[in-house]
Amino acid sequence: MKNPSRLPLLAALLAAACSVRAENLAVTGDTVYTMAGAPLKNGVVLIHDGKIEAAGSAAAVKIPAGYRVLHAAVVTPGLIDAHATVGLSGLLNQPQDQDMLEKSSPMQPDLRAIDAYNAKDELVTWVRSFGVTTVNTGHAPAALISGQTMIAKTFGRTADEDVINPAAMTSVTLGRNGLANDGSPGSAAKSPGTRSKAVAMLREELIKAQEYAKKREGKDEAKRPGRDLRYETLLRALDGTQPLLVTVNRQQDIISALRLAREFRLKIVLDGCADAQLVLAEIKASGFPVIIHPTMQRSYEDMENLSVETAGKLHAAGIPIALQSSYEGYVPKTRVVLLEAAVAAANGLGFEPALASITIDAAQMLGIAGRVGSLEKGKDADLALYDGDPFEYTSHCVGTLIEGQVFADGPR
Amino acid sequence: MRPRPLRQLALFTGLAVLVCAQEKPLAITGAQIIPIAGDPIAHGVLLVQHGRILAVGSADTVKIPAGADVLDATGRVLMPGLIDSHSHIGSGSGGDGSNPIQPDARVLDSLDVRDASIQKARAGGITAVNVMPGSGHLISGQTLYLKLREARTIDDLLIKLPDGSNAGGLKMANGTNSIKAAPFPGTRAKSAALVREEYIKAQEYRDKIRRANGDPEKMPPRDLALEELVEVLDGKRIVQNHTHRHDDILTVLRLSKEFGFKVVLHHVSEGWKVADEIAAAHVACSVIIIDSPGGKLETRDADWRTPAILEKAGVLVGFHTDDPICDSRRFLRTPALAVRAGMTRKGALEGVTIANAKIIGLENRIGSLEPGKDADFILLSGDPLSVYTHVEQTWVEGRKVFDLSRPQDHLYAAGGVGAGDSRRAQLCCFTSAWDLIAAANGASQ
Repeated sequence: MKNPSRLPLLAALLAAACSVRAENLAVTGDTVYTMAGAPLKNGVVLIHDGKIEAAGSAAAVKIPAGYRVLHAAVVTPGLIDAHATVGLSGLLNQPQDQDMLEKSSPMQPDLRAIDAYNAKDELVTWVRSFGVTTVNTGHAPAALISGQTMIAKTFGRTADEDVINPAAMTSVTLGRNGLANDGSPGSAAKSPGTRSKAVAMLREELIKAQEYAKKREGKDEAKRPGRDLRYETLLRALDGTQPLLVTVNRQQDIISALRLAREFRLKIVLDGCADAQLVLAEIKASGFPVIIHPTMQRSYEDMENLSVETAGKLHAAGIPIALQSSYEGYVPKTRVVLLEAAVAAANGLGFEPALASITIDAAQMLGIAGRVGSLEKGKDADLALYDGDPFEYTSHCVGTLIEGQVFADGPR
Repeated sequence: MRPRPLRQLALFTGLAVLVCAQEKPLAITGAQIIPIAGDPIAHGVLLVQHGRILAVGSADTVKIPAGADVLDATGRVLMPGLIDSHSHIGSGSGGDGSNPIQPDARVLDSLDVRDASIQKARAGGITAVNVMPGSGHLISGQTLYLKLREARTIDDLLIKLPDGSNAGGLKMANGTNSIKAAPFPGTRAKSAALVREEYIKAQEYRDKIRRANGDPEKMPPRDLALEELVEVLDGKRIVQNHTHRHDDILTVLRLSKEFGFKVVLHHVSEGWKVADEIAAAHVACSVIIIDSPGGKLETRDADWRTPAILEKAGVLVGFHTDDPICDSRRFLRTPALAVRAGMTRKGALEGVTIANAKIIGLENRIGSLEPGKDADFILLSGDPLSVYTHVEQTWVEGRKVFDLSRPQDHLYAAGGVGAGDSRRAQLCCFTSAWDLIAAANGASQ
C-alpha cells in the first residue's frame, strides 16, 4: 500500500460493500410467486442478512422501519438453470475462453468444473440480467464423459466464492454427440465411433472403478492401488453422492441409459430426451427426473424429433422435469432458461409448472431445495423482479437479488 | 409423340383458368385486422379472390358479395403473411470452395422444396422468404425470393418479375466468415479489394455490351458471373450483404457508393454504433436478434437495442430468422424482443411485413393488406407479439397452406417424430449455418 491515506477510503468502501449484503430489504410485488403455496396478491418478502425473513401478503407481513422497499409487478424466486455451460463456454467462442470440452480422451470424469469456471464471463452477467441466480454448469454434453458440473450462484465474484456445490454431477453423453468420430471404418483411430462401443467403454470404466474400490479396501496396504481421480468420481456416481447427468436424445439412447442404470444400480438424471414422448412409460417407471432439452433447441441429428410440447407431456405424465440452457457451440452462445421456459409454458406446460421447472423443481432435482428455489423463511434471498408476466416476450426483468444483494443489470 | 404433352399442357392450363374463373370470393370476418397499411380494425373484413385482396376494412365498409365463401375468424388476429428477408430453409447451397466470388451460383439449382424446414416456415406464418446461399464467400451466389405456396417443385415457389425473370438478390458477405485459406482472402482489406476488382470487371463487361449496341459480332462472350453483377450494377438485383462489425458495415456502404449498387445490410450486430451513417446512406437493415451476445468475435457487441436505435435514426428496419440460426416457427419472437428493447410496436410489426417487402423490392405486391395486393395473410390466436399466441392459419395467394388444427400441420408447428429432416446430409454445404452449428457443437469431432 503506497499511499496510506487511501486506507480509510478502502475501509469505507468495504463497509459499504458489506452493508449492501446486510441491507434490510422489503420486496413487494403485485403478484409474488413464492412457489410454496398459492401466488400472493400484494405480496411482501422481507430480507435480512441475505436470507428471507418472511414472505406473505401485505396484510400479514408488516414492513419494519428502516427496510428499503423495492417494488415490481411480479416477483419470483431467483431462477435456476438446471444444466448450463456458462462460465466454461465463454462469450467470445475463442480458444482462450472455451473450457467446456477437453478432447484428449473420451472419458475424463476427473475434470472438475470449479477449476475452469470463470465467474466473470459476460454470459454469467447476461443470464443474471434475466433473473437467473443459480446455475448447474460445467462440462459440455459433447463427449462420452466430458467432466463434472458444479452449482454456483451468479454473483460474478470468483468460482470459490460463488460455488454452492463444487461437484454436483458428472456429464455423460450417449448417442451422436458422445462419439469421438463418425463411426466409419476408416476413422476408427478414435473411439467411441459407434453407440455400442460407447456403452461398452462406459461399462468397462464403471467395472474398473468398482474393482478399484475393492482393491483400495484390500487388507494388504502395500498392494492397494494409488489414488485415481477418475475412479473416485465414478465411485461417487456409483454410491449416488454425485449422480451421472446422462444426456440422451434418441429413444434407443434413453433406453441404453436406463439399462446402464439398472446394471450398476445408478441414480441418474436424464438430460435432453428429445425422443422422450416415444418412451414415456419407461422413463416414468425408472423414477429418474428429466432435465429436458431447451424448448427452442434446433431439431437436427439426434434432436430431430424434439418438440416444444415434450416438457408439457412429461409433466402431465408425472415425471419430474427441469428446464435448461444446455450447451451451444455457436450462436446463441448461451440460451436463457427464462426464455426457454416461456415457450414451454405457452406450448402445453402451463405457467406455474413452467415457473416451477426453473425454480423449486430444479432446486429439488439439484438437491439444493433447502436453500433456494422458493421464497420461504430461512432460504437464501434470491429473487427475480419483472414488470409483467415474466414469460412474455415484451416483459422485462427489472432486478435480480442474490442473497439480498441487488443487481440492476437490466431492465432486460 | 411431341404434340401429346403439349395438348395435355393446354388442357391443364385451360382447367386451371376455369378453376380460377369459378373461384368464389372469400370473406374473412370478425377478426381484429392489422393491415400494416393503416390502423388496426377491430372487427374487420378481408375480401379476397383469385389470389388477390379485393377489399379490407371494417364490417360496415366492406360489402360481402352474395355467394362469397365466409370464414368466421372472430376472436382471431389477422395480419399480412410474414416476410423473412434472410433464411436458409430448403437446405440450399451456393458457391463451393473453389473461389470466394461466385455470382453465377444459384440457390435455385439446389433447393429441396420438400424439406421440412419449408413447412415449418409456413407454420411460423411466413408466406414470403429470401432464401440465400451461405456467408462463407465474398459473393456466394444468387438468392431467391419465394412464395411459400403448396409446392411440388421449386418452380411452384418462384416469384416471376414482369420481365419473366425470377425475383432474387445477390448474396455478399464481409468480415470473418469469408476470410480463410487461399484462394479466399486473408484480410478485410483484401476482401474489399477482390470485390472491387470484380465489380470493375463487371463495369467493363457492361461497357462492352453497350458499345456492341446489339451487334452480335461485337458482343463479349457470355460470362454468367459478370452477367449477374451487371444486373446488380443496373439496379435489377439488390445486394443482400452479411455484415456484423461497424467497420465492415462502413466498408459495405463505401463499396455500394463506389459502384452505385443497391444494398441491404444483414445481421448488423454493431449497427447501433453507426446508425447515423447507415441512415445517411439511405440503406436498409435486416436485423437478427440472438438470445445472447457473442458466439464469435464479430458479434460480441451485438445488442438487442439495435433495431430501436436504427429505427430512431430513421433507418428502414426489417427482421430475419437466418433459419436455422433462429427457428422460422418463432419468427414473431424477433419483433417482440425488439419491442422489449425499445423499438416501437408499429416499427417491429412492419419489420416482418412491409419493411421486408421493401428490402426485397416487392412492396407493391406484398407486405400489407391493401386492395390489389397478393392475398397473403395469417390468422393468429392473439397478439402477434405475445409468447402465448399461436399461428393458426397461413394463407398464400388466397390458398391455405397451413392449418394448426390439421394433425400433420400441428406436427410441423410443435415438432415430434416425423417433423425432422432425416434426409438432410450431416455436413451438406459449404459453410452453411448448419455446418457451423454441427461443427461447433462437437459432433464428429
